[in-house]
Amino acid sequence: MAGGAQGSGVDTAANIFGKACGYGGLYVFGRREYHSNIKGLHSYFHLRISPKEILANVNDVDLLAAFDAETAVRHINEVVPEGGIIIGSQQMETKVLNIPTLPPEFKAELTKFMKEKNVGETLSDWLNYAKQKNVHVFPVPYMDLLNQIGAKLGIAQISKITRMINVLTIGVSFALFKYDRNLAEKAVKATFSAKPKIAEMNVMALNHAYDYAEEHFKNAFKHRLEKTEVNEERLFLTGNQAVAMGKVVGGCRVQTYYPITPAADESEYLEAHQIMKTSSGEDEAIVVIQTEDEIAAVNSASGAALAGARAATSTSGPGFSLMVEGLSWAGNNEVPLVITYYQRGAPATGLPTRHAQGDLRFVMHAGHGEFPRIILASGDIQECFYDAAKVFNLAEKYQMPVIHLLDKAMANCSQTYPVFDYGKLKIERGELLTEKDLEGNEYRRFRFTETGVSPRVLLGTKNGVHWYTGDEHNEIGHISEEPFNRRLMVEKRMKKLELVQKEVPVEDKLKFYGDTSSENIVVSWGSPKGAIIESLEKLKQEGYGIGFIQVRLLHPLPAEEVKKALEGKKRIIDVEDNFSGQLGGVIKEATGIAPNYYVLKYTGRPMTTTEVYAALKAILTGKASEREVLMFGS
Amino acid sequence: MGLKPSDFRVPEVYADWCPGCGDFGIMNGLQMAFAELGLEPHQIVMVSGIGCSGKEPHNVKCYGVHTLHGRTLPFAMGIKVANPSLEVLAIGGDGDGLGIGAGHFVNAGRRNLDMTYIIHNNGVYGLTKGQASPTLRLGVQTKSLPKPNINEAVNSIGLAIISGFTFAARSYAYDVRHLKDTIKQAIQHKGLAFIDCLQPCPTYNNVTTKAWYAGEDRKDASGKPQSRLYKLEETGFDPVVHDWNEDFKKKVAAMDKAREWGDRIPIGVFYKNELEPTFQQRLSSRIPFYMDRPPAKQKLGDEHGFSTVDLAEFMEDLKTS
Repeated sequence: MAGGAQGSGVDTAANIFGKACGYGGLYVFGRREYHSNIKGLHSYFHLRISPKEILANVNDVDLLAAFDAETAVRHINEVVPEGGIIIGSQQMETKVLNIPTLPPEFKAELTKFMKEKNVGETLSDWLNYAKQKNVHVFPVPYMDLLNQIGAKLGIAQISKITRMINVLTIGVSFALFKYDRNLAEKAVKATFSAKPKIAEMNVMALNHAYDYAEEHFKNAFKHRLEKTEVNEERLFLTGNQAVAMGKVVGGCRVQTYYPITPAADESEYLEAHQIMKTSSGEDEAIVVIQTEDEIAAVNSASGAALAGARAATSTSGPGFSLMVEGLSWAGNNEVPLVITYYQRGAPATGLPTRHAQGDLRFVMHAGHGEFPRIILASGDIQECFYDAAKVFNLAEKYQMPVIHLLDKAMANCSQTYPVFDYGKLKIERGELLTEKDLEGNEYRRFRFTETGVSPRVLLGTKNGVHWYTGDEHNEIGHISEEPFNRRLMVEKRMKKLELVQKEVPVEDKLKFYGDTSSENIVVSWGSPKGAIIESLEKLKQEGYGIGFIQVRLLHPLPAEEVKKALEGKKRIIDVEDNFSGQLGGVIKEATGIAPNYYVLKYTGRPMTTTEVYAALKAILTGKASEREVLMFGS
Repeated sequence: MGLKPSDFRVPEVYADWCPGCGDFGIMNGLQMAFAELGLEPHQIVMVSGIGCSGKEPHNVKCYGVHTLHGRTLPFAMGIKVANPSLEVLAIGGDGDGLGIGAGHFVNAGRRNLDMTYIIHNNGVYGLTKGQASPTLRLGVQTKSLPKPNINEAVNSIGLAIISGFTFAARSYAYDVRHLKDTIKQAIQHKGLAFIDCLQPCPTYNNVTTKAWYAGEDRKDASGKPQSRLYKLEETGFDPVVHDWNEDFKKKVAAMDKAREWGDRIPIGVFYKNELEPTFQQRLSSRIPFYMDRPPAKQKLGDEHGFSTVDLAEFMEDLKTS
């Protein structure tokens, strides 16, 4: 784990570290936590590294690279025996309660802790407490090292290079792990590839710190990182990046957005890669528009969709709140609109940079009136990619808004995967009429059909003039308040959901993991998936039978399939990052079967395997309450 | 063979505006302008908001998108960006564009999309029975208002100019020829064109009525009404920015004209600048093939429907080997 003040290069450090591990054939899972703040408040990156695939975070920290005193204080209890803390040696006399960035409610907790454990007031006292638990402390004179580097580079003003503390900790970390320093060098160079001078400085800092650690901490640390040979290409990426790539493969050619955490990174990434190569030899491009607000974002995306572009907007809770009227319009007008929704801590501004899954009920019911919509929830970064492409097919085939429901954990976590195989992704545009099809025929945009889907004509097509309106309308698209027409039009729109239910492949509705024939079953959706799967594996090794249903199609809920999977189970355990167990409630409503255990978390931090495993085991062994609330994470 | 204005009628729809409503004049002006410009119905998209004006597209034969209150411009932007070959007209009321949609009005100016925006300006919210709109002046009491208007009016022409609209004009719903000519100029303008179209609301605005605009209350010695409206083009006013050096001067002159109200109200073109790059041109500078293959015209899939996108460049930075 690497941590420090926001703006001190925590992300960069984690990225370099992750890349270096990736170059050595290791799998990485990274979790990024940060305040809603530009500079100064605490942020950290927790990386888990293994030769085998990793799906989630754990509670334990083997090595903590603290850029500042606060990081050591906040995470000291997460470092396991035989683990280590890298810390600036000049910070030892810092009085913990005087750290200016600590809020009063946290200081009160610290004071209590200091009393209970009899820990003194300086950081040095705290580190001694850690040492008693057999944690190794590696003090590094960051400033001295920077002075030496500055002297080599001819830089007198050390303040210009203090940002390199992050790379110093990487150098020390890799030395402690006895990891190939060439791979670390390669990662530094790749990270700063656009700025060769900065790259050179950082490589120097890395090696200087590596040498320092080899000299001073020889064999003091028992954990090792060893590179392995792999013969496949892999990616290390975030959910934001996966969604962006999925979108362009899926044919998205207009993306609108208003800046909001944790969605905006996706749009920026798209704009940076605006022009794309294709196998036809003809380049294609996506237009990314930063609008004046989310109202403009959703409605301009709808406009673009009517004109025939695959169009999406990307947002989070507060932004989606503003989009709701536009969503209702899109539902009424059967617009193939895609909304990528990254949930974050709410209500109101809530926890703007933290994780939550509190908006399922909101997206299910958002918008005045009744209209069909599809809600598809991805559970990991790989699904983010494929689903981001698939949602455009759903939107155009069924002509309704599709909400691709994600969360902050997926947006900002990074994970290693084999390179995505996207060659088999199909573009299915649904029933679409051309100028030729229309010749000599009267066209009705909202023609009543058996399935409810009326063949679509794009704005501008010859012979196809028609109208859209937010009012109830007749088949041509003109305003109509006639009761008979109204009934047929409502039914036409709503029955498209039956078609969705019938045609969407089962793997896009539900996924099954573990022993689904046992009497114990977990239901969940979204990012808890990884922690649940890893917990199930551990429980299986211990002889517990337990299965897991990941619900992907949240609306229309595949009630029959869910019911079949839950019927007769002794323990149904709903695992979600919200207060009220929203999926559990939705399942009960649709199937009549309610979960009898809930594992919930709403601290703004995603679930770890450690705590999900513990909660599930407690439930299976009869030691849990019906409602287990998880708390881990700083 | 060109089309006639009557070819742009929609016989199956009953235009349900009040008798004497200015919306009829605007409808006629649009149909005449389209015919004279040689446009065909499928080439045009009329986007409207909510209110009486929102129904305008249903009465003109071309693609019609009747949207949400205040959101005309965002919808229009999405359509135009996806397919810039379409002739896009945004239509809305004064409350729609300058009240609930004012944020979009200002930001549309920053983009200068090559399209036209017409505001139906009658000073009231007609469809909700006559509340004050953002263009009603301070202290004016139209007949539904329980008290005189407590807010000052927004200066729509002035706001358009400082927001970046590159064409700002005013016309009058009952001078259909002038309106038609103004619409034609707006459509032909390269950039975002704004028309402030004055119109009476015969039902709810009993202050700025047809008679008031015509000056029935100000007859000259011979008993002839003195119209409050006068045409800028007849005064030798030159709104065109020929060179960037004169842009500020032209803007100031236009703003000065935009202040006039009461007994002398200018109509015509206040400001016109085609030197400013349009949003389409700005996009083309980033995406050289944007106009040939805009978002709505890209192929997406090969003959078997498989996506043709090659992610190699995207993935380059993310690879760990």
